[in-house]
Amino acid sequence: MNQRASRFAGSTRVLPGFGLSMGISVLFISLVLLLPITGLFGQLAGLSLAEYWAIITEGRVVASYMVTIGAAAVAALVNAVFGLLLAWVLVRYEFPGKRLLDALMDLPFALPTAVAGITLATLYAGSGWMGKLLEPTGFQVAYTWVGIALAMAFTSIPFVVRTVQPVLEDLPAEVDEAAMSLGATDGVAFRRVIMPHLWPALVTGTGLAFVRSLGEFGAIIFIAGNMPYETEITALMIFVKLQEYDYAGASAIASVVLFVSLALLLAINVWQGRFVRRLHGGKG
Amino acid sequence: MRRIGDAPAVKRLLIGAALVLSALFLLLPLVAIFAQAFSQGVMVFWANVSNYFTLHAIALTLGVALLTIPICLVFGVALAWLVTRFSFPGRRILQTLIDIPFAVSPVVAGLIYLLLYGRNGWIGNWLDGHDIQLMFAWPGILMVTVFVTCPFVARELIPLMQAQGSREEEAAATLGARGWTTFYRVTLPNIRWALLYGVILTNARAVGEFGAVSVVSGAIRGQTNTLPLHLEQLYQDYNAVGAFACAALLALIALLTLAAKASLEWRASRREALS
Repeated sequence: MNQRASRFAGSTRVLPGFGLSMGISVLFISLVLLLPITGLFGQLAGLSLAEYWAIITEGRVVASYMVTIGAAAVAALVNAVFGLLLAWVLVRYEFPGKRLLDALMDLPFALPTAVAGITLATLYAGSGWMGKLLEPTGFQVAYTWVGIALAMAFTSIPFVVRTVQPVLEDLPAEVDEAAMSLGATDGVAFRRVIMPHLWPALVTGTGLAFVRSLGEFGAIIFIAGNMPYETEITALMIFVKLQEYDYAGASAIASVVLFVSLALLLAINVWQGRFVRRLHGGKG
Repeated sequence: MRRIGDAPAVKRLLIGAALVLSALFLLLPLVAIFAQAFSQGVMVFWANVSNYFTLHAIALTLGVALLTIPICLVFGVALAWLVTRFSFPGRRILQTLIDIPFAVSPVVAGLIYLLLYGRNGWIGNWLDGHDIQLMFAWPGILMVTVFVTCPFVARELIPLMQAQGSREEEAAATLGARGWTTFYRVTLPNIRWALLYGVILTNARAVGEFGAVSVVSGAIRGQTNTLPLHLEQLYQDYNAVGAFACAALLALIALLTLAAKASLEWRASRREALS
């Protein structure tokens, strides 16, 4: 171990535990994260390319991609605006209840998704508190794609707030003081001076919210109505195939979902790495 | 000097909008959970909670969480130590790999475990020959719960340990402290609050996991039903009050998680202000 440690560990080689921590980490990641994914490929190997293509492009499945991606995009855009507002208010202003509001931001992460699901479904159903207000105006949320977007927005809002908040906190006061003293109006100063610092974090947070929304299941299925071709999300399609013991079909659709979410995760990581390096370069 | 958005009218408008939207979007659902759970009185709530199937679901859920925490703790500390105390080729890849559970849909997570360890999978097939069944039983629930919760401890520790650097540990090591002594006396006191918060987050997610667990559990009432699955069954059976009684228990754990986070942050900011 020492030989390997000294070869790789560079200047910090005095510290022990390289072999042990490497052993535990690699074993765990291999067994828990990577090995199960091989099971998916094993299952897919039993399908011919034509069969695979037929499953993942079947009408009902394609409709579920559309519903999922469309609702996730709407949820992510709404969260970009709402999350930016919340982060701004939490960082820039003092007001009674601020600490409570800050704590509330993490609720969607802490609350089990199934709990969020039945609660939103109950609130926005025709007899619920919100449904009673909205349905007479002709605006139906429960059992439509609006409900799906709402559930996605609920579970993913902390991503935007918690990514933008620290960047806004680190922004020195001189930045906007300089802009204001040069006579810019609030709107212009925000767009020209604050946003250039903020948008990398905003894109990262919105991207994470979007990826999370693509895979969300528990919070959505109760409010979605789950009508084939209309309000059926892709995660539910996988679940339906499994209940029909169609393991090959479930795996094929899952492989599409897995590929898209891993590709997006990788893109966000690369993007974030670039922007963090740029920030550090600016500071140093 | 005036700052952007300092004008009283702008400030009031933005704070007002943030409060109203948060109240409608985040607070109202929280209130609704408890209002529904107690809508037929405390006695009905109690009857729903103390029902045999609910108690069994609570016990299974807590048991799985109790087993998940030490596993995630060992992995999280080992990985954080590895990537913050040593530099080696592949370090960034490891850090990206632990984010996989955050990106993978819970249903897909459940499915890949079912494919590998279920009767049709190559490991599951072999286990079946030895009369071991992991899927549709509690070990399967534990396995997928570990999958979805394993990043939390590591993600809490890595930024902190990176910021703290390894000077203190190096000092201890050069003074002749052995590895474990250094860890217990130097590292652990520095990271204990982040570690605690990591455990709290792991617990919150472990008790609440739904998608992955619903794929591998089989949801047999009184056997493999966790609290979120039990809640779903009650809701589908049109027993909304019973479902919300379970939801209230889970929401309580979520509220305790938020309170723990707020108090840990308050402690950290006070320490910063003092030093």
